[in-house]
Amino acid sequence: MKGNVQIRSQNVNLYYGPAKVLKDITFDIFDHTVTALIGPSGCGKSSWLRCLNRMNDYIAGARVEGEILIDEHDIYARDTDVIALRRNVGMVFQKPNPFPMSIYDNVAYGPRLHGVRSREQLDGIVERSLRGAALWTEVKDKLTSSGIGLSGGQQQRLCIARAIATEPKILLMDEPTSALDPMATARIEELVRDLKKNFTVVIVTHNMQQAARVSDFTAFFLLGELVEYEVTTKIFTAPDDKRTEDYITGRFG
Amino acid sequence: MQELNARRQLEADLSELTRMLMRLSKMAEEALARSVWALKNQDVETARNVLDKDDALDQLTGRIDVECMNFVARFQPLGEDLRTVTSIMHMAVDLERIGDYGGNIARAAIELAGKELMKPLIDIPRMTATLSEMLEKAMSSLERREPALAREVFPLDDLVDDLEKQIMRELLLLMMERPQRIEQATLLLNVARTLERAGDHITNVAERVLYSLTGKVIRATDFRRPKER
Repeated sequence: MKGNVQIRSQNVNLYYGPAKVLKDITFDIFDHTVTALIGPSGCGKSSWLRCLNRMNDYIAGARVEGEILIDEHDIYARDTDVIALRRNVGMVFQKPNPFPMSIYDNVAYGPRLHGVRSREQLDGIVERSLRGAALWTEVKDKLTSSGIGLSGGQQQRLCIARAIATEPKILLMDEPTSALDPMATARIEELVRDLKKNFTVVIVTHNMQQAARVSDFTAFFLLGELVEYEVTTKIFTAPDDKRTEDYITGRFG
Repeated sequence: MQELNARRQLEADLSELTRMLMRLSKMAEEALARSVWALKNQDVETARNVLDKDDALDQLTGRIDVECMNFVARFQPLGEDLRTVTSIMHMAVDLERIGDYGGNIARAAIELAGKELMKPLIDIPRMTATLSEMLEKAMSSLERREPALAREVFPLDDLVDDLEKQIMRELLLLMMERPQRIEQATLLLNVARTLERAGDHITNVAERVLYSLTGKVIRATDFRRPKER
């Protein structure tokens, strides 16, 4: 199942001021796989995810040590174009956050920002992205209506469509279904499995069954450390580390 | 990181499932031991008694199956909990089969009762005693969470196999001497073969115990002497 390394995390330490929130995180993520990050709140999984598109840059006092390589390029190198990086690394958040504009404009926002002007080209991108997010058939007749008017699950798929409209290689998802009902969750999970054909997906989830269902690999974080990173089926049936076992069986967390 | 309350119910239910399995194991063990005793002592009543108890054994197996499914539905277990509950489901099937074997032997005992035995039965009861020991080791291993005990089951199955071969050779010789013995000898051969199968099922049980305790797929063959070619 292992393919090419897409994301290489090498001895990554993250500090928020004096507090060290990530300790020596070293592992590789492979392209066209879904990797789940699990662990109790405050374990560092979301912080590490945010390192991947330099969202921690916005936090005062945040400092990253070590290297994160995406396609062998150090994203913290001086010559890194952060705008280009974020085009390449899309993100979907916990709460669906469509822009207060039409469905069409939500999806076209990113491509426009990156200079796509032709209506025809934009139409193509919007349709392809909405299809990619399994939303097209539901919204194709109301592309001009507001994205805010959609249901929660649809809004989240709109956000996924918006994230993939710039054709990123990597899609980061930070608890993308925690605000959704079971049906909407099931649709997103189905979509996630589908998305890995075209993207590398890294997903933070508190739902262990979800991690077991959608991911190929699972990384277990605890107290800022990467405790275990393995094929998902192994993590959830017979993990090597006692702490992983205790966490997945609900002994703590 | 204190123990969560949510685990209390899960652990209580899992312990109850384990207790049910141990009860099933005891019933299967008794079915074998009593049917062989009935065979040796030509005691029809004991043999009938084994057959009567077969329903209870089947019912308990069915209950374990349902309760395991309920457990999975309610707790969606992972890790060791998942390994244990799936193993219990498998082990229950093996144990039920062993119970059925007890029934088969009881039928043989009823058929043989009142007829003179061609020889005193020595090795067949020895096989049964070894099987009891194997079952007890496997179940104690599960209960006490001590993998070493389950590993001790595997070499004992070699002993069971040896006894079966010995019985076959002996009966073959006796049949060659006097063909009139063929009918009874065939029946006893079947009993020995049945007990040998029961040993294989107990070996499966021990493998499952080890998997649920360690997470490693352990093959009995790693702990047994190499097969003769």
